[in-house]
Amino acid sequence: MILLDRVSKTYERSREASLDRISVNIDAKEFVIVIGQSGAGKTTLLRLLTREERQTSGKIVVGGIDYDKLKDRDIPHLRRKIGVVFQDFKLLPNKTVYENVAFALEIVGASNREIRRTVPRVLEIVNLSDKSKNMPNELSGGERQRVAIARAIVRQPRILIADEPTGNLDPKNAWDVIRILEKINRYGTTVLLTTHNQAIVNKLKKRVITIAQGKVVSDRKNAEYYKD
Amino acid sequence: MHRKYTTLIRIIETGTVNFMRNVTLAVAAMAVMVVTLTIVLFSIIANATFVNTINQITDKISVSAYLKDSVSEQQGQELAANIRKQPEVEKVIYLNKKQALANYVEQNKSNTNLVTAAAAVGNPIPATIQVYPKDLNEINAIKVYLVKPQNKKLQTPESPSYNGDRKKAIDNITHATNVLRKIGIFSIVTFSIICALIIFNTIQMAIFNRRDEIKIMRLLGASTSYIRGPFIVESAIYGILSAVISVLVINSAFLASSNALQASSLGLLDINYASTYFGAHFWQFLLLQIGIGIIIGTVSSAIATRRYLKFKTK
Repeated sequence: MILLDRVSKTYERSREASLDRISVNIDAKEFVIVIGQSGAGKTTLLRLLTREERQTSGKIVVGGIDYDKLKDRDIPHLRRKIGVVFQDFKLLPNKTVYENVAFALEIVGASNREIRRTVPRVLEIVNLSDKSKNMPNELSGGERQRVAIARAIVRQPRILIADEPTGNLDPKNAWDVIRILEKINRYGTTVLLTTHNQAIVNKLKKRVITIAQGKVVSDRKNAEYYKD
Repeated sequence: MHRKYTTLIRIIETGTVNFMRNVTLAVAAMAVMVVTLTIVLFSIIANATFVNTINQITDKISVSAYLKDSVSEQQGQELAANIRKQPEVEKVIYLNKKQALANYVEQNKSNTNLVTAAAAVGNPIPATIQVYPKDLNEINAIKVYLVKPQNKKLQTPESPSYNGDRKKAIDNITHATNVLRKIGIFSIVTFSIICALIIFNTIQMAIFNRRDEIKIMRLLGASTSYIRGPFIVESAIYGILSAVISVLVINSAFLASSNALQASSLGLLDINYASTYFGAHFWQFLLLQIGIGIIIGTVSSAIATRRYLKFKTK
């Protein structure tokens, strides 16, 4: 589902590579956690997958799409296939909770009927039905992150990328978010999660990829990781 | 087709909702637009008023050919008819000796001495051909025609009257009116350009404040037109409302001036004429302002959103 083959990324102003020839293969329906210290290259990896950045070298193929052959005009289509949950939520400040989630459907041309049917259901999954008319600035951090998840999953993407989704949350809210991600994964979505939170890594018992200084230093099933 | 229609409706709805939700930003942008559109409209009306004043002055300027007493009425009428055929000529009035005297008396009725003196010596006023040019700049060509030997021989020695002090006065007026016309057109063009730049800058600032919103939409996979559309609709609403307000501001200004000033003119600016001109062209001005507002608003927002919509290609 996600293939990175000897992918490097070097920024113009920096001499060192943010990512240095990393190779990762993630199958469909997998739940993979990427860990690493700040500046290790986790976010760069995710930014390459959403094509916010372009790799300096190497090959990236996501859901059968070869990024080398991707034209600018095709980038919106790629992004519509991937659900992304950002650490800083990235909610649209001038839209209500309902409208933020509906926006993800509007841009793919969903009918009003479909939107009216789907959005309340997804808001129910993330337990935000009673906040649908609120604006983002009226919500707590945990609630905002759940809106971001609802927006990411409402299109039922085959791949969900979550960049430190628990980074700004207290433990209870963090676990609420992780439970939702697990649930989505059970429905068949491939989930790629980056986190700092060791407790989450230990409890989830999923595949863990460790990145340090732009390189993949380990890639193991959680049992092996935990044993070390 | 149905999907495109749905998308268009959504874009218009979103633009309208955004306009209402960003009231502070909208008011700030529209205030600038109202001021600048009002200046443009004012400069158009002022220019039309100046041109009218200039036309009133130039309409009164003519070259007069004084005919010798020996010239018969038929010869005079023939000369007048020939002058009328000249391309530079707007209007020709032939006054025989009797009519010329009546005209002289009418013009000098306040000066009884002159009138009495003229009556005492019989009728000293020669038959006169008054020639009005189409354009003041062509007055010299008319003079050249009048002094051609076959025409000059019918006239008194001091004819035509485009000589000496009168020539200087006419030349000065011609020069002044030409300069005023140019200033009028120049000021409309300059104000329009400055206003377009100010409005562009204002909308750019408004969109700069919401650049993160555009970037988020981009990250979610929205197409360029779906992101840009509501901003364009919003800016068009700014343009329409600002245009309506600016026309109402000018309208109110004319109402207030006619009530309060009690003066029909301020130097070259004939307020009565300006007010009448504005009233006669009210709907054209409203449409023009709305058109300018929409065009500048939409073009500005289309350009301003562009930079935040670009993909990183390196």
